[in-house]
This record gives sequence, structure tokens and C-alpha cells, in this order.
Amino acid sequence: MSFMQIKDLSVHYPIRGGFFNTIVDHVYAVDGVTMEFEKGKTYGLVGESGSGKSTTGKAIIGLEKITSGQIFYEGENVTNQQRKRDSAYNRDIQMIFQDSHSSMNPRKRVLDILAEPIRNFMKLSDQEERKRIKELLAIVGMSEDVLLKYPHEFSGGQKQRLGIARAVACNPKMIIADEPVSALDLSVQAQVLNFMKDIQNEYGLTYLFISHDLGVVKHMCDHISIMYKGRFVETGTRHDIYKNPQHIYTNRLLSAIPNIEPETRNERKIIRQKVEENYQQEQHKYYDEHGKVYPLNSISDTHMVAMSGGM
Amino acid sequence: MWKTIVRRIILMIPQMFVLSLIIFILAKQMPGDPFTGLITPETDPARIEELRIQAGYYDPWYIQYYNWVINAFQGDFGQSYTYKLAVSSLIGERALNTFWLALLSTILVYVIAIPLGMIAGRKQDTLYDKSITLYSFISYAIPTFVLGLIFLYIFGYRLMWFPTSGTVDVGVEPGTLEYYWNRLYHLILPAMTYAILATTTIIQYLRSEIIDAKTQDYVKTARSKGVPMKKIYRRHIFRNSLLPIAAFLGFTITGLLGGSIFIETIFGFPGMGQLFIHSVTSRDYSVITALVMLYGFLALLGSLLSDIIMSIVDPRIRID
Amino acid sequence: MNTANDLLTIRNLTTSFRIKDTYHAAVDDVSLSLNKNEVLAIVGESGCGKSTLATTVVGLHNEVNTKVSGDIFYNNQNLAKLNEQQFNNLRGNDIGFIFQDPLSALNPLMRISEQIEEGLIYHTKFTKQQRSERVLELLNHVGIANPKRVARQFPHQLSGGMRQRVMIAIALSCKPAILIADEPTTALDVTIQAQILDLLKTLQTETEAGIILITHDLGVVAEMADRVVVMYAGEVVEEAPVKELFNNPKHPYTRSLLNSIPQTHSENERLEVIQGMVPSLINLPREGCRFSGRIPWIDASSHETKPQLHEIAPGHFVRCTCWKHFHFEGEEGGGTV
Repeated sequence: MSFMQIKDLSVHYPIRGGFFNTIVDHVYAVDGVTMEFEKGKTYGLVGESGSGKSTTGKAIIGLEKITSGQIFYEGENVTNQQRKRDSAYNRDIQMIFQDSHSSMNPRKRVLDILAEPIRNFMKLSDQEERKRIKELLAIVGMSEDVLLKYPHEFSGGQKQRLGIARAVACNPKMIIADEPVSALDLSVQAQVLNFMKDIQNEYGLTYLFISHDLGVVKHMCDHISIMYKGRFVETGTRHDIYKNPQHIYTNRLLSAIPNIEPETRNERKIIRQKVEENYQQEQHKYYDEHGKVYPLNSISDTHMVAMSGGM
Repeated sequence: MWKTIVRRIILMIPQMFVLSLIIFILAKQMPGDPFTGLITPETDPARIEELRIQAGYYDPWYIQYYNWVINAFQGDFGQSYTYKLAVSSLIGERALNTFWLALLSTILVYVIAIPLGMIAGRKQDTLYDKSITLYSFISYAIPTFVLGLIFLYIFGYRLMWFPTSGTVDVGVEPGTLEYYWNRLYHLILPAMTYAILATTTIIQYLRSEIIDAKTQDYVKTARSKGVPMKKIYRRHIFRNSLLPIAAFLGFTITGLLGGSIFIETIFGFPGMGQLFIHSVTSRDYSVITALVMLYGFLALLGSLLSDIIMSIVDPRIRID
Repeated sequence: MNTANDLLTIRNLTTSFRIKDTYHAAVDDVSLSLNKNEVLAIVGESGCGKSTLATTVVGLHNEVNTKVSGDIFYNNQNLAKLNEQQFNNLRGNDIGFIFQDPLSALNPLMRISEQIEEGLIYHTKFTKQQRSERVLELLNHVGIANPKRVARQFPHQLSGGMRQRVMIAIALSCKPAILIADEPTTALDVTIQAQILDLLKTLQTETEAGIILITHDLGVVAEMADRVVVMYAGEVVEEAPVKELFNNPKHPYTRSLLNSIPQTHSENERLEVIQGMVPSLINLPREGCRFSGRIPWIDASSHETKPQLHEIAPGHFVRCTCWKHFHFEGEEGGGTV
């Protein structure tokens, strides 16, 4: 079923100290994450800053060195391998960033920015390449006269579209989207989200959608994982997470989302404070003696929660 | 902090080792030897050969190197062939002269650069700023020896305000107040020359730090508290901009050592720089190697000093 | 000049920036008032002029290449006519300010106590001793558990939430009558955001201060505001009490914004999108309805030639008449009044 599996992925950073600058400890940025990806689905990775969600995304695509764990892509182990530049994995897994501006070389024109992945992965003649670039612009709804412009000439939403065009240039199977709309205004955010859904439907793309915004994730994702201190506290379908949250951290996160119903805000505030109070009192039950999140246990076919064995 | 300092000093050992090896090999590669200069038509070549053997000239290089390092550790860098003096005592005396010159230069550099940098940064794009920038670029463009010669000509020969060479006048009783004043008097012209040339970096760095600090959010916060602009400059902008300048101190010292080679030669100032030039021209290898080692050591020390200063003044940088 | 309940009254405020020899109004003829013990939210997307409005009120805008006209009445003074020194007496004392990013808003090289104390030096006659007592009291007040330790620390040693608490302590140090909070929670995680918003609300109830809350986040508005002003392209396009605004939004821009929030939609549905984008300052349409270009399917005759704010219900103002005829693209035409 799934075309890609991530097994027990960990990214640890050494902390150096002492007289000889030896490794005294590690930061467990990502600590044992397991995921599976199916074609055409959107997977959400949610957490607060420092939870390790971005690091997970970067580790999958190879921008962070994996400390332990494996990534299997179409049955092949692709973990930390010295892959060829034009390997299938590099071509099929692409990434879009929160700040697409800084991910584009300011001295390159749109033409060159979009041509780069095509030249890396597809053997096309100049004419075919030109044709493909025009197709890409059509996909992201931009006219051909942008080809000779430079990145700074575009607005935030347009740059995000170009980032997406670059990511889809070589017909990838999966796109890792790291906070793709966080820097955008509400109306532009809506444009980009709609557009991401459109190309997903058309090309059967799989998304790993990394975000801190629970509203956006709810809108976009079929399957959601909540991350805390490098580990999953809860994972399940959108329904599992939003309608039937089990972990105390998920509850706390959900209760903190502002809602656009001013009538019920006082009630929500009371609930929120109760949840927070409950969290302060009960959280020790949900983390082990080192404050680490417990391993995940299944409570239904789709829904897994991090709990100690006895609970 | 002490741990880091000790660790950094220990780390200097391999750096010094590599440096010493390079210097030693280079010195060996140079043509001629100290005896070449002694050769006259009357010299018996056999006698020269004898001297060479005596001095260990034909030993394998690593034995020579070993001997050199062992002696160096005991403060013995050998004998200067031209001065007929132990290298250590030869350098010791001059190092002190250079030290005073460097100290006065550093003080002058900061005394000139800080106010100018502050004015240029605060009054950005005004005539003040433009004149200061013009000054700093001119001083940056002038070679040391040109400015040195101009100063010598104007203040030394024409106006006769300052002495043109030496560290102290002959016949002044050492230890008296007049003696120290006389020494300072000799330092002023070379120190001024160096200072004027070295201010550019600090002025421009400070200027851009201040311009940058002015637009920082914390300045806006201070304004939102109702702090008058004059106080904001003092409490926030200058304070924050000066800290990185403090770290320049270490590098300034390193730069000074390099600069002193020209300054001292031009002003006939008997310091390390002058000695260096002299020993290079006379192929006094034992002095050259000792001096290069010393310069190297001081440069490493300078960068350590910068790091230490930085960690003291900036709470965000912690070394433990 | 100020009516009984008004704390701050802004009349016809225009702030223009010079770009290549011409002045362009970033805030264009804005009038509004803030009452005691009220949270007035100003919402809009980037470039709508909301932040410029806030900084103009306290004179924190860049004075070079900027023109301000109009009146800002507070306590029988016209703030638009104050000089820097008069402003300094007011800032921090009568009006407190909270910024978006507490890390950059705090001086990285100053201890927390020094930074909180600074306002007290200029606005009170406190002794050094009294000031440090007040610092601890303030830190305690904004919910910092260990005020003595935090007072001695530097900003980088604190978490984002703690830093914003410190910023609030600074803003409240002289018990201001008005608090201006410019995107106070945008840089924070959602759980911290909830805590900071709750804290602001609690402190406001105690001090009865009027809060101007500048934000792009409609969720935050719904949680905090009593009254809402929606800005588009430098103008106020709608103003209403919070419940009225969310339940009965009228202006096409407000309605479109509300519709583009992902969480209000049932899952998987397409989000309503506003065509085009916010025009840049230089390209702002200065004639007619400024939103007309983004709802081209609405007939031109629906717009006023010189769109005014109309009071359509008590306290509910809408600019232009196009709202009467507005419908989302693709929907059946002719909205009801």
C-alpha cells in the first residue's frame, strides 16, 4: 500500500563540553519517529517550536543526517546513502519552504530557477525544457512574461507558487511542505492552500505538511501526527485527532486554538484554563521519569497514542 | 572561562609547532649563511668550513631543528651574528620599546576612532558623516611609509616639533621624570602615524554598528518607554555598538605588530620591527626565526584576547 | 474634544510616506475612538496601514519622509501636534506599547530589571530601591514565577512567552491608560499565545486600560476584542462590535477574509479566495471603492464614487454601498440588506 516508510527515525545533535570539548550529551531533536506514506494523501506534522517537526522533514529529504532509523522508498533502503544526484529518490521527493524567498538565488531569473531541477533530473532538449517550464507556469497560474524576472520582483504568494512550481518540475511523488503558508496573509494563504489541493488531485501527489497552525492542518490533512520533544504523542486521522484526542498534550494544544466565535469565548477560556490546570497536574502520567514521551500504542486501526503500558 | 583560556593556550602548542617548523625550513632554504658575510679575500676557506661544522651547519635538519627548539624553550634563541649579542636580550630590550609604541598607538587609535565613528553613525549622511568617511578612506589609501615620511618632513624637519629618530635623547638621566617625558615625546610622532592609518576599520565598523543599532526594535521599545533620544544613544545604541569594537582590541594589537615594521624603520625607532628588517637584510637567521615566532605567538594571543573580551562584554556569548 | 467615555479620539488621520518625491498615504483619513476598559481590534492584511496607524498615534514613526495630518485627542491634548519631548512624557507613562517580536524588542545586552526600570526613571520619582521593588512586583504581576531570578537575567535566557511577559511588564510599568499591542502573539506558539492573551485580558480588567490590538489573526480578534475595525488599503472599511462583525459581516472584504479562514470550513472544502492581491502603496487606487478591483464580478454601479462610511446599525459602519450587492464569485447575485 504505502510507497514509503520511515522506521524509528532519529536525529540527535551532540552537545560538546568539558575540557577536551568531548560530547557530553545529545539533543534529541527527532527521537524515534515512524511513519508511512500512501499515494495521494496528505500527512500533517504538528508541533510547537522546537518539537522537531522541521528536522523530521529535513531528515527525510536528506538535509539532516539521520542518527538512526531507516527510510524505505519503494522497498529500497535510502537512509543516509550517497545517492547519485539524479537518483529516483532525489527526484521524487521534493520540498517547499516557509521562506521561499531565501530558497531562491536572488541573481537567477525565474527561467533558471525552474530549469534547474529539470536539468538535474530530466534529459530534455532545450526546446522541450522551455516547453516544460511554460507548462509549470501554467500549472501555478502565472503568465509566461515572468520568465525573465528575478525573485524579488514577486509578492510572497507568487514566490510560494514559484517554489511549488520548482518542486513539481520533475513530477515528484511526494512534497514535503515546511510551513508553506505561515508567512502569508490570510487571503493569499487561502489561494496557496487551494492551489496545493488542486495539483494534488491532478497529479496524485503525497504531501507531508509541516505546520504549527492547527486550523490549516485540519483543513489540509488526512492523517495527522502531533509532535512533542522529538516524538509523536498522538497520531491518527483528522477525525481521531480533532474529535477524539486522547493525549493530554493534544488536548492542551487544541484548547489553545483561537476560535472565531466571540459568543463562546468566555466558556472556551474556562475550558482552556481547566485543561491547562489539568495538564500541569496530570502531565507526569503522560511522560516517563525523564520527561520523555512514551512509545505509541494503538487504540484503533488508525489512532495511536503515546502511553505507558499500564494505562 | 578559565577552562577555555587554558584550553586555548594548550591549543596554541600545535599551532606554534607548525609555525616553528615552517619558519625553520624556510630559514634553511634561504641562500647563504651567517658566515658568508665574514668572507673576505683574506679568509681561509678551511677556517670557514671549520666554523660551519662547529655551528652544526652540516647536521641533519631534524637535529638542527631539535636543538633549536630545545634551546628556544630555555629562552635561548642563539646568538645574533651581526650584533654579537644573545638574541633573547637583543629582542627583550627592543620588545619593550615596541610595546610602549604599540600601547600609545592603540590608545590613540581608540581615542580618535571612537568619537569619529559615533558622530558619523549618529549623524548619518550629514556633512559630518561625509567628511569623516572621506578622512577614513584617505587614511586607508595612504601607504604607511608615505604618511610617515610626510609627518617626518613636516613635524620633524620643518616645524621641528618632534624628534625624528630614537627613543630618548642622549644625556637624559634615566629614572627622572624628564627621562620618561622625553621617551613619550619620542613616541608621539610614530604613534600618531600609526594611529591615523589604523582608525579606518574601527570608524567604519562603529559607524555601521550604530546605523544598524538605530533601526533595532529595542530602540523603538526604549522610545515607547519615553526615554529621550539622547539617553537612548547613551544607554542603548552606543553601548551595544561599542561592545564589538572592544573585541577589536586583540586584532588591533596584531595589526600593530605588522605595522611597526614600517613605522619603526621610517622613524629610526629601535624596536622589534626595525630589528626585523635589519636582520632580514643581514640574514641574521637566529634573530629572524625568533622574531617570527614571537610575532606568531602574539597574534595568537591577540585573537584569544579578543574572544575573552567578547565573552565578558556580551552576555550571549558564554565560554566555560 | 474627547467625549465622556472616550479615551482616545482619532479624527481624519492621514500618514503619508515619501516614495520618489511623491507622498503616498499609508493611513488614509482614518477616524476612530477608543473607550476606557475596551479592547479595540484593528485587523487587516500586511500593508493595510494598521501598524502605521499604531506607530503614528504614539509618534514612533520615522519622521524623515513622513507627513502626518489630522488630530489625535487624548486627555485634552492633540497628539498630532506634540513635539518629541512632549511625546516622551506621554510614552511609557500614559501609553504603553507591546511589539510583535519580544526577542528583538528587548535589548540583548541589558538585564531584564534594567529594561523594566527604564520607564520608571523618566516617569516617576521613585528611588532606586523603590524601582527595583516595582520591577519585582511587575514581574510577579505578569505571571513570572521567579521574579528575582528573571530580573537578573538577559533576554536570551528566557523563553519566547517569558519575554513577551517581560514586554507586557515594561508596557504596564507606569500604569498607562492606553495599551497598544502590535501583533503581540504572532511570534508565539499557540499555547503561549493563549496564555498571553488571557494575561492581557486579566490585566486590563484590573487597570481598566483601553487596548488597541493590532492583528492579522481573526481568531485572536474573536478571543479578545470588544470592537473591531477592519482596514483595507489604508482605509477603515468596516467597524462593528465584535459579535456583530463575526455574525453579520457586511463589507465584501470582511466577508471574504472570514471565508478564507481554514478552520471555519468543513473539512476538504475549497477555501474562498479573494482575487488578486493587496495593492502596494504606490499602486493604491485612490479613486472610488478601493476593493472594487478585487470583486470585478460586482457591477461598477454598485460602488459609490466617493465611498463613505455608513452606519447601518448602531455602532456598525460599512464603507461604500457595494456590500448591498455583494455575492461571492459563482454564487447567485443580489445579497439582501
